[in-house]
This record gives sequence, C-alpha cells and structure tokens, in this order.
Amino acid sequence: MTAHPTSPRFKDNARQALDDAQLQKALGNVRVNFIERRAAVAAKLPEFEELRDSARDIKDHVLAHLDLYLERYEEAVTRSGGQVHWARTAAEAREAVLAICRRVGAKTVTKGKSMISEEIALNDAIEAAGMKAVETDLGEYIIQLRHEAPSHIIAPAVHLNATQVESDFRKHHTHLDPARDLSQPTQLLTEARTILREKFLAADVGITGANFLIAETGTSIIVTNEGNGDLTQTLPKVHIVIASIEKVVPTLEDASQILRVLARSATGQEMSVYTTFSTGPRRPGDVDGPEEYHVVLLDNGRSAMLGTEFQDMLRCIRCGACMNHCPVYHAVGGHAYGWVYPGPMGAVLTPTLIGVDKGGHLPNASTFCGRCESVCPVRIPLPKLMRHWREREFERHLSPATVRWGLGFWAFFAKRPKLYRLATGLAMRALARLGRTKGRFASLPFASGWTDHRDFPAPQGATFQDQWKARRNGRTA
Amino acid sequence: MPENSAARPIRVGLFVTCLVDLMRPSVGFAAVKLLEDAGCKVEVPEQTCCGQPAFNSGDRTAARDIAEKTIAAFERFDYVVAPSGSCAGQIRKHYPELFHDDPNLAPRAAKLAEKTHELVSFLVDVLGVTSVSSDFTGEVTYHDSCSGLRELGVKSQPRLLLSGIPGVKLVEMNENEVCCGFGGTFAVKYGDISDSIVSKKTENVTKSGATTLLAGDLGCLMNMAGKLQREGKTVEVRHVAEVLAGGIDAPPIGAPAEAAE
Repeated sequence: MTAHPTSPRFKDNARQALDDAQLQKALGNVRVNFIERRAAVAAKLPEFEELRDSARDIKDHVLAHLDLYLERYEEAVTRSGGQVHWARTAAEAREAVLAICRRVGAKTVTKGKSMISEEIALNDAIEAAGMKAVETDLGEYIIQLRHEAPSHIIAPAVHLNATQVESDFRKHHTHLDPARDLSQPTQLLTEARTILREKFLAADVGITGANFLIAETGTSIIVTNEGNGDLTQTLPKVHIVIASIEKVVPTLEDASQILRVLARSATGQEMSVYTTFSTGPRRPGDVDGPEEYHVVLLDNGRSAMLGTEFQDMLRCIRCGACMNHCPVYHAVGGHAYGWVYPGPMGAVLTPTLIGVDKGGHLPNASTFCGRCESVCPVRIPLPKLMRHWREREFERHLSPATVRWGLGFWAFFAKRPKLYRLATGLAMRALARLGRTKGRFASLPFASGWTDHRDFPAPQGATFQDQWKARRNGRTA
Repeated sequence: MPENSAARPIRVGLFVTCLVDLMRPSVGFAAVKLLEDAGCKVEVPEQTCCGQPAFNSGDRTAARDIAEKTIAAFERFDYVVAPSGSCAGQIRKHYPELFHDDPNLAPRAAKLAEKTHELVSFLVDVLGVTSVSSDFTGEVTYHDSCSGLRELGVKSQPRLLLSGIPGVKLVEMNENEVCCGFGGTFAVKYGDISDSIVSKKTENVTKSGATTLLAGDLGCLMNMAGKLQREGKTVEVRHVAEVLAGGIDAPPIGAPAEAAE
C-alpha cells in the first residue's frame, strides 16, 4: 500500500531512522551482503562491463523508438489472445485492473511482487472495491500484514528482523496453534508457504509485474526467487500483468542480454531462481495457464521524460544496486525517502512522479559519491540526474532561502578574485587567531550542521595565495 | 605530452583549490615541492574556486561564471594540477558538460579539461614518477575520496608512492572506497546523515590501527578529522601530499600549532 508521500518530511524521517537501533542493525546487512555478492559474481564474468554497455544500448534504442515497440508489443499480445489496456495515470491503471476484477466477480486477488502496484497503490484500491488482495512474495506478504510500504525495491522487508516477523505472524495467523515454534527462519517460511498455498488456490485473479515485455512475441517476463510469481499467474482464471511502458524490449535476445546483468547487479546471483515467461492465455492443449491474459500498461509521467534531461532514468531495470551501494540509503533505509522508490533511483524518479516540490529533498540528500553510477547495470548517470533536479529547483526558487543566500554571497566573491583574496585573507587570519590554541572549533555560528557532530579545523593563517605572493616578492606573509 | 627538457620545462598551473588556499596552505606548498622535484615549473595564477558548490547546488549560471574565470586563468599552461580529485574532477569532467551548448567556450573547456589532473595521479601517470623522497615515518591508512576514485581513477597511484617511502607502513582499512559523508554542502544541509556516514568511516579508520589517516581531498579530510577529534580519537589526519613531500612542519589537521613536531 502507498500512503501519501512523506518525502517533504525527509529530514525528520531520516532523524527517526537514525535513532532506530533495530533498523540500523538491519541496514548493516545491506551494507555488507549485497555488495560483496555483487562484486564476487561480477568479477567472475569477464564480459560483465561489456554487458552493461550492451544493456544500456538496448534500453537507449528502445527509448528512441518507444512508440514503435509499444505498438508492436500490443499487436503481439493481441495475436496471442491477450489484451493490452493503456493507462495514462495511476487512476486509469487502477480502474483498468478493477474493471477486470469486477467483471469476473473476483473475491480474492493474489499478487506477485510489483513496484508498479506500489506506485499506483493498487492494494488499497482492490480492498476499497470489496475484494481481498494477497501479496505472495514473502517480503511483500510481511509488509502487507504490517501495513507498510516496501523499504527496498527488491527486498521489501529488508528493514525487519526475524523476531519482528514472528510477532507479526502470531498476531495475524490466529487460527494456528499459539504454542507453535517459530524461532527458526525456515519455520516462518513454512508457515507463510502453507498459508499462501490456500490463497493461490482460492484466487480468482492473479496480478504480476513484469521485468520485461517482449515486443516481438508479446511475452512478459518476471524473475523471482520464490516461485510465487508462477503460482500467481498460472493458477487463477485471469492473469493481469501491470507494467510501465519502458519495460518493453524488442526481442527475446535483448531480454536475455539484460537478464545477464540484472540478477548479478541485484542479488549477486548469476540468474534468479525463476525466470518465467508468459504469453497470452492458455491455448488449446496447454496443461495450465489462465483463461484471460491482460496487460495494463502504465505511463504515469514517463513519456513526458522522453527527450528531457531525465530520459536516461527510463533505462532503469529496478535491480536495486544503486541503493545497495548508497551511503545515504545505508544510513536511513528506504522508508525515510517517503514514497515508493528509495535510494538514488528513487531520488531521481520520485520528483518526476510526485513533483519536485514534494520530492525535492531526495535529489539533494546525496553526497554525489558516484558509487550508484559505478554499479548501475544500465549506466544511468544518477548523480548527474539528481543535479538536474537541483537545477530545476534552483530555477523555480524552491531551494531554501538560506542556501540561495549563502551561495549567492559566496559566488559574489568567487567571481571577483581580487576582492576574494582580500576578504578571505582577512577572514582566515582572524579565524586562525581564534582557533590557535586548540587548532579547531567545537562550535561555529552559521555552521551548526557541521559542528553539532564534529569539530571544525582552524585555518593555518595566511592564505596560500597570500603566502605565495609574499614568497615571490621575497618576504613572508 | 611536452618533454621535460632543459630547454622548456613543463609549465604547471597549480589550481590550489579554495579549501587548501584558505584552510591549509601547507598542502599547496607540498604540491609545489612534489611538482618541482619532478621537474615542473609551477605557477599560481590568481584564482578563487572551481565553482563546484554552485554547480552541485543547481546554480548553473554562477557555476559557469566562475568556471569561465578559471578557464581564462589556466588555459595558458601545459597542465593544470590540483591537490584534489574533487576539484580536478569538476574541471575535467564537468566543465565540458557546463559549456556543451556554448560554441565559444565548449572547445576551451574541453581543452582545459584534457590537461587538468589530480596531483598524485599526475605525478605517476603523466610524469612517470615512481618514487618520492620523504622523511615521513608512521603507519598510515588511505581513504579513497569519491571523485578522485570514481571520476579520475585515482587508486593505485598514491599507494605506489606511499609504499616507496622507507618510514611509511600502509595498512588498508575496511570500506576504503566508501564515501566519508562530506559531500560539500551535504555535510551541513544533512548533518545528521553525514554524521552517521562519517561515524562508520572513523570506526573503520580506528579499527585499521593506523596512526595517520591520509586522503587526497581536504574536504573529506576536514570531515574525518573533525569527527575523529569529536570522538576523542588520537589518529592524526593529513593530506597525502604532505606525507609524500616530507619535511612537514605543519601540525595535523585540526591540531594546535604547539603540538607540531
């Protein structure tokens, strides 16, 4: 489920997250596990860097011809007996899904993991329409019980530990023996499997996301590690795929190329456990599969990114490597970002989807360390795109007045070297005198953001330029 | 590259960086010594800042105005060298981007970008320096500052030169490629988050057992030194150029002058 964005309160969210000892412990695992696994599996594949280039090029090609490939894709889906529903907005996408569910009289709707579902707040809409939505990915199932949003795009419950999950299961699975042993993670898994198995069998409609849509065949592909996606899409009578328009690739060959970087970048696996292809409804002679196959294709502001400085973001394949390698994500976790997409990719995408006036903190809350870009499998220049948001904010006077004033003051001098030398020369000598005894300051007016947490070193005295000039003139500054 | 011949020494314009200029001139003099020892003729044209704070804050107009002045001041040199991966990266990677739509300045920005280098990688990669003479002694650990590492590929060069100093023992800390949490104005705008990031860094620094922490960027160094000192740690913090140049008379970053050896 997706609440209203709390992104405007990012600083408060971050402070809370930093004070949450349990969360900090959970984030420690992200900081180590994902990174080491990705590095190991990338090192084992000599052509990994070339594959990243190739993945980038495939996506760029698609984005340059997106209309063409989307139309081809629709034709192929129709040919295979399925139906494409075009949705310009989140509301249209929700309505398209609900209309299908209502028509078939659905009571229970199972769901594979989908970030688009989060983006359009689909579970809330399904429940409001009087139907039951059941997340079948273990992580998603857990956070659905907790009425939380995912805190990571591929590991939605990464912010939780096993004890918290145990207590959630005891609270919600009240029909089971209260004395049962749930101390082992495998016991939690078994319990979730047992419960979900009934839901799979009871479901009238199964909804999945898509990692790829193949234009040449009309196939949708999902990659999962739990197999829940397969049960979600093959057991019910109706399968609905919800996907955003940039998921389309020309051919199966293209998808295979990108698959080689996807799991490696995401979880450090060579391949995910399941890579599942679905093309249209059950054909005569098929042993399983749905009777109806629908694809709801969501735009939600994406086509407006084409041709802008943000187009590169549409290459994103949602692997999560950027957040796995982000020091800010490691510090505050995903919920602090306040909407669906966290980490560096969220910092670029969120302002597009909810407005930079609401999501403006996110592209600012980055050190520009560049580690996200260095691991992105489709080479999205994430820091550059965050900077472009800062430019838009600056142009629209959305950046805080203190920042603008400070920047303007500094730039005034930086543009005037002689004045700059005079002013800084005086200021540094004064500061150096004040800080001489200790060599540093424990507090400074106007810099409490710094000195609340760390000391500020005192300058040495005369500036380098003054000393250099003096030496050149044969005297000491 | 121009030959380092007696007829015409390599003319290097030192882009000293605003932080070194204002806070720690000793780093600038260390850079001058290293460049002169390698046979360069060093000049310091009047300068202010590379404009990165404006660029990263979204103020492209101010960033361009400042960059234009830097281009004018430095384009006459064979090379431009900065004791900072961040500022060298700004000129090398971002000036061309800043002027890509300006037919007059784009070629000038590109030319300047091409000949601009971070100090230590310039010594090793361009001048072919393989060792320096330094009297520094101590156990050091090296933090790879982000821009130098990821924009300019500064990684092996400082380690090569450090490992050749007889009195220096280099010990690597964990996560040496992870950001220290400085990020320019980020450290002030998002002080809480910056603090969390730098705390992880100082933990890694302390665990390494090194008595001196080095890096190639003064911003990161001030951040890490400030945190170590707030935590009461005794690790000394210096710019790598000071150690490579040797003959240090300045106290470590944030230490009082009286404590100088």
